[in-house]
Amino acid sequence: MESLTNRKKVVSDKPMTFMEKLYLPAIFNGMFITLKHMFKKNNTIKYPEEQRVFAPVYRGMHVLKRDEQGRENCTACGLCAVACPAEAITMVAGERQKGEEGLYREEKYAEIYEINMLRCIFCGLCEEACPKEAVFLTDRIVPTEFERNEFIYGKDVLVEPLNDRIDVTKRQHTGTRSEI
Amino acid sequence: MDTGLLIEKLILAILLFVVSLGIAAYSTYFERKLAAWIQDRVGPDRAGPFGILQPIADGVKMFMKEDFTPTNADRWLFILGPGIAMFTALMTSAVIPWGTDITLFGRTIALQVADLNIGILFIFGIISIGVYGIMIGGWASNNKYSRFGAIRASSQMISYELAMGISAITIIMLSGGLGLNDIVKAQHGMNWNIFYQPVCFLVFFICALAETNRAPFDLPECESELIGGYHTEYSSMKLGLFLFAEYVAMFVSSALISILFFGGYNFPGMDSFSGNTLAILSVAAFFTKTFLMIFLFMWIRWTIPRFRFDQLMHLGWKVLIPISIINMLVTGIVIAFNEGWIKF
Repeated sequence: MESLTNRKKVVSDKPMTFMEKLYLPAIFNGMFITLKHMFKKNNTIKYPEEQRVFAPVYRGMHVLKRDEQGRENCTACGLCAVACPAEAITMVAGERQKGEEGLYREEKYAEIYEINMLRCIFCGLCEEACPKEAVFLTDRIVPTEFERNEFIYGKDVLVEPLNDRIDVTKRQHTGTRSEI
Repeated sequence: MDTGLLIEKLILAILLFVVSLGIAAYSTYFERKLAAWIQDRVGPDRAGPFGILQPIADGVKMFMKEDFTPTNADRWLFILGPGIAMFTALMTSAVIPWGTDITLFGRTIALQVADLNIGILFIFGIISIGVYGIMIGGWASNNKYSRFGAIRASSQMISYELAMGISAITIIMLSGGLGLNDIVKAQHGMNWNIFYQPVCFLVFFICALAETNRAPFDLPECESELIGGYHTEYSSMKLGLFLFAEYVAMFVSSALISILFFGGYNFPGMDSFSGNTLAILSVAAFFTKTFLMIFLFMWIRWTIPRFRFDQLMHLGWKVLIPISIINMLVTGIVIAFNEGWIKF
């Protein structure tokens, strides 16, 4: 069979030669290697000051998008909740009243929309299932908390603020995988 | 008794105590930094600029921890263990000559707390007592891991002391005196023992690694098998004393190695200086050598994996002791020829 890598080594248990039994050459060799590493550039990213650049396909905390006029895209169809393999999403639908046209894009909207971040596996199937381009996974990190119930994110956290729009263009691909 | 002498020695002793502890504290910092560099990391850099306040933070942490004594532990021996470990580690530095004589306020002060004429015997005696700290600590904990660690420590230290002692005898034969000051003076003018006795140095250095329980001979505190060995049950500053004693012992054995093999406070071209300039330069030379030795200790720790216990015993009894005995005999024969005791 053809080997997958060129790193294959034949192991043998032949008795050690005198030079090998001395151990010292091997020790000096090892010390030379560690000395070389002492002067190498380290790979540390000092986290709070520097942050690693995320890949464009990174899936972090969710956002519920608004359209250009600032209306919520979500119509509480429930497809994201159905698609969710971890059953992290729950919602209660509400009917848009007169005078609320500036808040919600269509007649039906989500009164309550909750994602349990402890259940969520960040697979992105909700985003894929959404017919209204309402839910997206962003490159933001879900912060740590001390209480379990603080991980259930409601609309107050998830809906994108009007004055601080969140860019999701990196994830708005409509084409096939090969075009990405 | 001369009061001035008393004050002088007291100041010197206190200074030595503070310096030993300071160097030990910063050895922990430097050890972590070195480990980080070898492993392509950054190391501690949060406490103060470049993390130089890290040892202080560690010390405060140690003091703040709960000082826990297990129910079945022997209370007094449990306290005595770390005490002995620290005491013996600090005691050995008393006979080490730190530099040439310094003249202050019209007094000639020897930079050595006690110029014992049996200096090296004193050091070996105190180091042997150091085993008791670990043994008593491990025994008093009443824990099988601690006991294993203690047994390993005592058997290891006793076995390696033999080879260490025999290689020290070789050096004593060369310099013709047991006092550390005599040994240093005999190496004046680049007559460093390392050039005459490289094999002896190697044996002594390996034994010093084993005596201070440093990697690759850190079997008594082997984390992977013994969860910390003799200090498994220790917490708070008692643990701190054990860990600290290791670093003090490392500093003292580095100092001892630089005295025995690298000429102590001698440095090339020291005859062109005199007085206090010479004293300061000699102290600087001595500390440079000691720090390089400490660096070597740490460098080895982060390079070589730990020995297995049977390999350790094999190396001690079947390799190092024969080598050191043969080395001693050959040295003795050569000296006898040079002195003209044997003639053909």
